Amino acid sequence: MIKPRVGVYVCHCGTNIAGVVNVEDVTKYVEKLPNVVTAKHYVYMCSQPGQVLIKNDIKELNLNRIIVASCSPRMHEPTYQTALEEAGINPFFFEMANIREHVSWAHINEPERATEKAKDLIRMAIARACLLEPISKMEVNVTEKALVLGAGVAGITAAYDLAQMGFEVYLVEKESHVGGHLALLNQLSRSRDASEILTSLTQKLSTPKIKLLNNSEVVEFTGYVGNFKAKIVQKPRYVNAKCDLCGKCEDVCPINLPNRLNFGLNQRKAIHLPLPNSYPPIYVVDKENCNGCGNCLKICENGAINLNDKPLEIDVDVGMVIVTTGFEPYKPDGEFGYGKYKDVITQLTLERILSKNGPSKGELVTPSNGKSPKNIAFIMCVGSRQESCDNQTIKPINAYCSRYCCSSTLKNALLIKQNSPESNVYVIYRDIRTFERGNEELYRSCRASGITFIRFKQDVPPTVEKTSNNQLTVNVKDYLFKVNMEINVDLVVLVEGMVSRNDTDDVRFKFSITRSEDGFFQEAHAKMNPLNTFAEGIFIGGACQGPKDVEDTVLQASGAAAKAAIFLCRGKVVLDLVTATVDEERCTGCAKCVNVCPYKAIELDETKELVQVIEVKCKGCGSCSSTCPIGAVQVRHYRDKQILAMVENILPS
Amino acid sequence: MTEDFEPQILAFTCNWCSYAGADLAGGSRIQYPTNIRIIRLMCSGRVDSLFILEAFRHGADGVLVTGCHLGDCHYVTGNMFTEFRVNLTKQALETVGLEPERLRLEWISASEGEKFARVVKEMVDGIRKIGKNPLRS
Repeated sequence: MIKPRVGVYVCHCGTNIAGVVNVEDVTKYVEKLPNVVTAKHYVYMCSQPGQVLIKNDIKELNLNRIIVASCSPRMHEPTYQTALEEAGINPFFFEMANIREHVSWAHINEPERATEKAKDLIRMAIARACLLEPISKMEVNVTEKALVLGAGVAGITAAYDLAQMGFEVYLVEKESHVGGHLALLNQLSRSRDASEILTSLTQKLSTPKIKLLNNSEVVEFTGYVGNFKAKIVQKPRYVNAKCDLCGKCEDVCPINLPNRLNFGLNQRKAIHLPLPNSYPPIYVVDKENCNGCGNCLKICENGAINLNDKPLEIDVDVGMVIVTTGFEPYKPDGEFGYGKYKDVITQLTLERILSKNGPSKGELVTPSNGKSPKNIAFIMCVGSRQESCDNQTIKPINAYCSRYCCSSTLKNALLIKQNSPESNVYVIYRDIRTFERGNEELYRSCRASGITFIRFKQDVPPTVEKTSNNQLTVNVKDYLFKVNMEINVDLVVLVEGMVSRNDTDDVRFKFSITRSEDGFFQEAHAKMNPLNTFAEGIFIGGACQGPKDVEDTVLQASGAAAKAAIFLCRGKVVLDLVTATVDEERCTGCAKCVNVCPYKAIELDETKELVQVIEVKCKGCGSCSSTCPIGAVQVRHYRDKQILAMVENILPS
Repeated sequence: MTEDFEPQILAFTCNWCSYAGADLAGGSRIQYPTNIRIIRLMCSGRVDSLFILEAFRHGADGVLVTGCHLGDCHYVTGNMFTEFRVNLTKQALETVGLEPERLRLEWISASEGEKFARVVKEMVDGIRKIGKNPLRS
C-alpha cells in the first residue's frame, strides 16, 4: 500500500465554526499528527477557492488522503468528493470531520472544550482515512418506465409530465375512480370550479403512454434504483368499457347503501358510478355488498357486466417510482359535538353538499332536516396547530398548520354569503393565514361582505351544544373584544386539517421510505432536496409529503416528475460499490449473514460452501459484516479496520 | 463513587436517522455536553460487538449506540439485530467487570434533535456517577 499523504483542511464556515472553535490551534495540532503532510484553515472550504486549494495541494504535494473538517457530511460530502475526482484521485480517499453541527453549533459557550473535541474528531478521521481504499463504480441500465402511486392531482400531473417526455407510466390507484380528494370538492379558492379542473386532469390520462390501473395495489416491490420490480393486483370492477352509463343497472339493483363519497348523506346502489363525473366513466360493482341477484346483468344491453371477473396480477419493471398517495382529512373525534349532532359537519362534507354532483345537487341544506340553514358557523383549525393535548381530544397532536384551510374556509363562507345575503355566516378562527396569491384579497372581500369574524384563543376553544329547545348553539369567547358570545346556529362546519394516510406505513415499508415526525413522508432534505426520499429512485409529490393545496401539489408533482426524468433520460445510473465483499479464503459458509440481509443480496453457494454477494442488490448496511463470526464479510469503505482505527483514537495518545 | 473527571463517550450513529438527529440538534443550536465523539456508520446494524469492546479497551468511559426507531430502519431490519447484539455485549461487559450501564442503546430519528441532546446529557451525567473507565490510562 502506498504511504498515506494526508491533507487536512479546517473550515471557518465564516464565523459559524471559527466563532467558537480556535481553528488556528486545531490546525497546529493536526499538522503534527502522523501521515499529515499539510494542514490549512480557510474561511469557506466549500467555496470554489476552497476547493481549488485542495485540488492544487493534491497535485503539488502529491496528497492521497483528504480530510475536511467543516459541516455535516450529509451536506457537503459530495461536493468535496467531486473535487477529489477532478484532481484525479478516488473520491473515497476522503473523510469529513463534522465540527459545525456536532461541535461549534452544539457547544457555543464552551470554546475551549469545543476546540479539543474538534481535534479529537479530526484525529479520528485521519486514522480512518489512512486505511481507506479506492471504491469503484458500477453502471447499471435504467428501465425507461415509471410507476406512479396514487392517481390524485399529484399522481396524474406527474404521470402526464413523464408521458409527455416520452416515458411509459403505470399509474396505480386504489379507488375505482381517479382524482383523489379533488373529485369531492365543489370549488377551489378564487372561484375555480373543481370539476373543471378534474376534467382537465382526466383528459391527460388519454395518452397511451399512461397505463391507468384502477382498483389496484402494489403488493410486492423489490429491486434497486433503475431496476425496480412491482407486483400489482388489480381487483375487478365487474363492469367493462362497453358500459355506456345508461344507468339502467342502477335502477334495478335492489341494494341500498350509504354513499361513502357523500359521507352517508344519500344512498347508492351496489352497482354504481362513484361520482357523476367519475373517470374512468364506467360503473363499478361493490362486490362486498352485492347479493348476486343478476338484475343488472339482465338489463344491460351492452353485456358490459360480468360478476365472475377475477383479480388480475400484473408484474411490471420500472426504473423510477413517484409516490403521490395524498392525505386523509382529519376526522374529528367528538370535538365540537361532531358525531353527536347531525348538523355539525366537516368542511369536506360541506363541499359535497355545495357540489352540483353532490347529494343535494348543490343546494345548501342541513343534514338533519334538509332545510336551508340561515345561521352558519365555521370553526377553524380543527385537527391542525394543536399545541398540547386539550381535553377534547386524545388523538396524536398535529402541531402543523394544514395550509389549505384558511383560504378554503373563506371561499366557502363567501360563497354562502353571496348566494344568500340574508344568512348569517360566522367564521370562528384562531389566526387567518391567507398566504397565497389572491388569497389576501379574498380575505378582504370576506371582511367587506358582512361575514362575522370571531377570534378565539386556543386555550379557550368554542363549544357546541344543543339547548333545551333543541337549538344548536356555539359558545365562544371573543379574544379581541373579551366578551362571551352565544350564537344560535343551524349548521356548524368544522374546518378539518390534513393528516397522513392510514396506509402510510404499508407504503413506507414496501418502498423503504421514511416518515417524518408529523406522520407524512419525509423528504431527503427540506430545502435542498424536497422531492427525493432517502431511497434512491423513489420520489414524493403532493400532500403525502405534507399538507398542500392544489397549486402546490401540481408544482411538486411536476418537480418530482422532472427529478425522475433525469435518470430516465440518462438511461443509466452509476452506483458506488460501497457494498459487502467476501473473503473466500476465510468464509466457512455458515450463512449467518444470509439470514440478516434485508435485501437477499447474499446467497450461499452450497457446492463451494461459501457465500456470494450480489452487488447490485447490496445497499451496504453492513449487518452481514457485524454478524459474521470471523470477519470474513466486510463492507467496502466501512471495513472493521477502518472503523476500529477511529475507535482506537478516541483519546489523544 | 463520584470522581472529578471528564467522561469520554463514543457514539455510533446510523447515517439516516440518528446522525441526522445529531445534525438537527446542532442545527437547532440545542446545547449539550462536549463529551461525545460520533462515528458515523450507514446502519446501526453495522455496530459489531467488537467495536464496543475495543472502545472500552481504548479508554472510552461510555459507548452510545443509536439508530432509527424499530420498524423505521432505512435498511428495514438492521436495527433489530443491533438490539440483540447490544444486549449480548452488555452481558459481556458484566463478565469482564465493567458496568453494563456504560453501554446504552437509543433509537433517535432524524427529527429528534432534542432527544439526541437529552440522551447525551443523561449519559454524561450517568457516567460521571459511575466513574472513570478503569482501563483508561
